[in-house]
Amino acid sequence: MSVVVRGALLPDGTRTDLFATGGTFVAEEPRGARVIDADGLIALPGLVDLHTHLREPGFEQSETVLTGSRAASAGGFTAVFAMANTSPVQDTAGVVEQVQSLGDRHGYVTVRPIGAVTVGLKGEKLSEIGAMAQSRARVRVFSDDGLCVHDALLMRRALEYVSTFGGVVAQHAQEPRLTIGAQLNEGALSSELGLAGWPSVAEESIIARDVLLAQHVGARLHVCHVSTAGSVEVVRWAKARGIPVTAEVTPHHLLLTEELARGYDARFKVNPPLRRDEDVHALRAALADGTIDIVATDHAPHPTESKECAWDEAANGMVGLESALSVVQAAVVDTGLLTWTDVARVMSSRPAEIGLLAGYDTPFAVGSAANFTLVDPAARRTFAVSDLHGKSVNSPYLGRELPGRIVATVHDGYPTVLDGELVDAETVSAAAGAGSNHG
Amino acid sequence: MRHLLSTADLSRDEAIALLDIAEDMADVANREVKKLPTLRGRTVVNLFFEDSTRTRVSFEVAAKRLSADVINFSAKGSSVSKGESLKDTAQTLAAMGADAVVIRHGASGAPRVLADSGWIDAGIVNAGDGTHEHPTQALLDAFTMRRRLHGAASRGKGLDGVRVTIIGDILHSRVARSNVWLLSTLGASVSLVAPATLLPVDTTAWPVTVSYDLDAALGLSPDVVMMLRIQAERMNAAFFPSAREYSRQWGLDDDRVARLPADTMVMHPGPMNRGLEISAGAADSARSTVLEQVANGVSIRMAVLYHLLAGSES
Repeated sequence: MSVVVRGALLPDGTRTDLFATGGTFVAEEPRGARVIDADGLIALPGLVDLHTHLREPGFEQSETVLTGSRAASAGGFTAVFAMANTSPVQDTAGVVEQVQSLGDRHGYVTVRPIGAVTVGLKGEKLSEIGAMAQSRARVRVFSDDGLCVHDALLMRRALEYVSTFGGVVAQHAQEPRLTIGAQLNEGALSSELGLAGWPSVAEESIIARDVLLAQHVGARLHVCHVSTAGSVEVVRWAKARGIPVTAEVTPHHLLLTEELARGYDARFKVNPPLRRDEDVHALRAALADGTIDIVATDHAPHPTESKECAWDEAANGMVGLESALSVVQAAVVDTGLLTWTDVARVMSSRPAEIGLLAGYDTPFAVGSAANFTLVDPAARRTFAVSDLHGKSVNSPYLGRELPGRIVATVHDGYPTVLDGELVDAETVSAAAGAGSNHG
Repeated sequence: MRHLLSTADLSRDEAIALLDIAEDMADVANREVKKLPTLRGRTVVNLFFEDSTRTRVSFEVAAKRLSADVINFSAKGSSVSKGESLKDTAQTLAAMGADAVVIRHGASGAPRVLADSGWIDAGIVNAGDGTHEHPTQALLDAFTMRRRLHGAASRGKGLDGVRVTIIGDILHSRVARSNVWLLSTLGASVSLVAPATLLPVDTTAWPVTVSYDLDAALGLSPDVVMMLRIQAERMNAAFFPSAREYSRQWGLDDDRVARLPADTMVMHPGPMNRGLEISAGAADSARSTVLEQVANGVSIRMAVLYHLLAGSES
């Protein structure tokens, strides 16, 4: 399969044609290629999401590897890291290999399973980290996301153990005792609404502890979904001391605030919760100055009944793959904080680097894997259910006007999205199979 | 007014109008035949996801005195306890033709979710939601204060200049929240007294003063002292060291009552923990309004149902 892109703008603004054949960029225009007219479109390297919930195995009513992969392609992603809180939990070589092979077979994106830090996410005993690392899935990122590895000794051991093969522990920073029954950012609004508060200190204290542990044992730490201005300060302090910590922020924490919870509409219930306006601005600034390394979606599909209920009873989480780039454009590009080159870094090369995913370090270079997406930054759309391509519709953006639109996505040299529409599953799966046959 | 979800939604005029209707309803209770034909043919559903016999019976009596048909739909032993969702329950009630739904729910905001959902077209009355609000309790408290202060001349009056001190578990109290909004709308000045652990983390935007010292607060001779129930589960969650210490520091005991001016009212939404937040002497004294609150509860709930179901037509 060959693809030719005419007249795309690279993130730095240079206008170019792109040629791909056999899964990689080539210098000469291939013959018989599929031609994509990219006039006025920006070519970004394929987006990489370090934090996706694909829900399979176990929660297929919410999402499957296939439906989540399609949602990812529609959002411009070519690789996603699948969180471990499946059922059974991704805590053995068998489960991570299954998830990886499902991703490979469907072919919309590269699926990289994340391994659980502890058995069953119970926070009691290390899972078979070595076996998962050595499996065919070659797991390099480990996380109990959804739950915090709150036991300090267990966290220390996990950091040490994972560091031996260069992997990373991605911590969901939430002190559990400070957040019993927590429903909403703790502050004036939670006080008024009578919802149990989720205090920022519960996040910040764990990050502070973990960066000190990482320093002590000389291991890499990644902090999931940083949500408060205080957490930004802690990470900034740690980086200034040379501690090997990286951090992510979600699109929703860059755009939305707790005020949306005022009507108790559970679409806005998420963990960590939406915070204050001050936090949103601190997170944007931190992403711009590099204190926060990457944007990761925390795409968290839930069935309708989990959101059509009282706030306390609703599930935490929002779908985010299809809206991520638009939200980032609205929050930090259109506001002048980040350039498209920065976006390419925080949504592609840097998350790949953190997750030890090869092929994203020299985007668009001849010989590099042909993973890219074409975005129309001038488009505006009222985000609707028809923009969602996974199984679940728990998006906080429905009815909101968002900038930008993904026009095409190419994964390993074959298109997964063309003219803003997903390429059908059989075609994509066949292209993926053909690619792997070539070796 | 289509629903009653929060006292924060009530303007001063609306609140006084409700209290005035309740005065009319109270007159009905003094008649030989305690019943009005106003809501004949209307159906009021008491949808109680939490046990509260006192509140449910009060609403039931209120609806029946207005000649409405009353259906009690309690969560226990019903399809709700078998996992039926709020949505399915609401749609079932809508299909049965409920005109008003009085909802008590353990989750803050559940009445609002119901009102905004489109699952049911009925008027929604919040009969207590989680740790959020309990609007009819606040209305009956305001009604009780107004009657004590102005007697038969209550109609049309607010609570201007009345100094109310609310004491106890403010953090978890829906009664406190509803009273804070309503009483300040009516012109009262409200102060909250509690251990720091039982105050919401940020009340800077509330129209109240906050303090921790009960004796100092009582020394200011408030017009009304409102005691809140301390729930047993709070004692096991490190909100305070022991019931004994709580009682000593924040309980309204006989000595503290004795130091209050003779006309200071003592209120409690019930049910009381005698000997914990309030002594028997305080609860049973002439200054206590506890039984008046219960009686006035029926008048207020009649007024609310009347206003929701008949008020717009008249």
